[in-house]
Amino acid sequence: MIEVQNLSKCFQNGNECIWAIKNVSFHVNRGEIFGIIGLSGAGKSTLIRCLNRLEEPTQGKIIIDGVDITALDKRELRAKRKDIGMIFQHFNLLSQKTTYENIALPLELAGLGKKEINSRVNELLEYVGLRDKRNAYPSQLSGGQKQRVAIARALANNPKILLSDEATSALDPKTTKSILELLNRIRNELGLTIVMITHQIEVVKDICDRVAIMENGEIVEINTVEELFRRPKSKTAKAFISSLKSDVQEEFVIPEEFNGRVVRLSFWGDNAKKPIVSHMIKKFNIDVNILSGNISQLMSTSAGYLIVELVGEDGEIQAAIDYLKSQDVDVEVM
Amino acid sequence: MLELIIPSLLQTVYMVFFSTVFSLLLGFPMGVLLVITEKGGIWEKPTLYRILDGIINVLRSFPFLILMVLLFPLSRLIVGKTIGTTATIVPLSVAAAPFVARVIETSLKEVDKGVIEFGQSIGATVPQIIFKILIPEAMPSLIMGVTLTIVNLIGYSAMAGAIGGGGLGDLAIRYGLYRFQTDVMVVSVVVIVILVQGVQFLGNKLASRINKK
Repeated sequence: MIEVQNLSKCFQNGNECIWAIKNVSFHVNRGEIFGIIGLSGAGKSTLIRCLNRLEEPTQGKIIIDGVDITALDKRELRAKRKDIGMIFQHFNLLSQKTTYENIALPLELAGLGKKEINSRVNELLEYVGLRDKRNAYPSQLSGGQKQRVAIARALANNPKILLSDEATSALDPKTTKSILELLNRIRNELGLTIVMITHQIEVVKDICDRVAIMENGEIVEINTVEELFRRPKSKTAKAFISSLKSDVQEEFVIPEEFNGRVVRLSFWGDNAKKPIVSHMIKKFNIDVNILSGNISQLMSTSAGYLIVELVGEDGEIQAAIDYLKSQDVDVEVM
Repeated sequence: MLELIIPSLLQTVYMVFFSTVFSLLLGFPMGVLLVITEKGGIWEKPTLYRILDGIINVLRSFPFLILMVLLFPLSRLIVGKTIGTTATIVPLSVAAAPFVARVIETSLKEVDKGVIEFGQSIGATVPQIIFKILIPEAMPSLIMGVTLTIVNLIGYSAMAGAIGGGGLGDLAIRYGLYRFQTDVMVVSVVVIVILVQGVQFLGNKLASRINKK
């Protein structure tokens, strides 16, 4: 669907060239929610803005649906942009227009008639759940409602791709969840391909299928979200994931305080739902003391870990650990 | 007194009304052009911007009365004469146009860059962005700008009176200053003050009424 090849972007600063994006390549599959995560200044915002050429790439190609958009002239680009909706961190709604007028604007610009506009806007208002806010101005809406208007507006021309530029960064966690649910619904029901940039690992965890990790203008890792949480390759990815883990205060378990062997078990997918630990206790002559644990729901699967103390004879403990490994559980002796 | 004040007041209103209209017609497009052609604008044309910017600065540097005198030939060309209320509208409009351009430019620049970017993201053309996004978003501020222009033109028109333009300024000078009829001068000035207050009040009211921000 989207193929980015060797993309670079330099910002001219006098005679100096500051590379915001350095030779980045990736592809996004149709119907996928593709995340790009990075700290601020990593170049992710510039990257997503290159995808619809709000920012002109310096080098490289961006092929969307077989068309190299870096080669389009202005008129062709404008036509192509109607296929690519975009939502923004600060919503970018027109402050002087009502919800209805904001959503109607892209349709009006596309030259639709009053009747068609009316029925399409009503449909969209219904879809994002804002029928009763039809005549409200943005200043009368909450952040989440504003983003819903912006999403409806981005969907107005039936785009195939939705670009999300930190769309949940200005929202509280609960509203973020509801906006992410809406985006996921859009992907599932309307078949849109979504590219989203974010600095929030929670967003990636909740909604993305695959994710690219950006640092200093480069993509340092591209991974499925499952694999990222299971075996992060890059340092940056590890840092993001540990920032998420620190929420559950895992570090409070100090292995030296226990007599038995303290291990950290990571479960994945179906594993997280099976009674593996219970089987282990029945099978081997050991006691299990649960010290800490958590299961998080990722987009397509669940991931969990458990820190336990295994008490018993060494041989039995080793056999139990081998059993866990045979069940595809990652075991880490702490 | 009234028979002196009323015709002069009407002359002033006539002058100010038409010179506002014409200076907007001249200055508004210039203001829009300044905003869209500047670096980072939606129709970046740095050379055009620099030329326009330069012309406006030069015109704005002229003392108003001198500019008016310099523009008399233009009045003769358009209206056929250089003296009188109608003839004064020409130099008033031209002289106020660069001011209007700056006022419009300032208003349009206040529009959040994000909404312009949104317009570009949905494939809007430059005219669509100007008329459907930029101007509607700037409307309350534009109304304040037009109010400022009218108030300024009331002042300018009073000065224009001194060089044969008619109106309240002319009345104040001819009767008040030259004939020592202080009462006429005071009344003229009071009427001008009321006019300015009224315009400013209405402008403020209208701007805050339509502003949904």
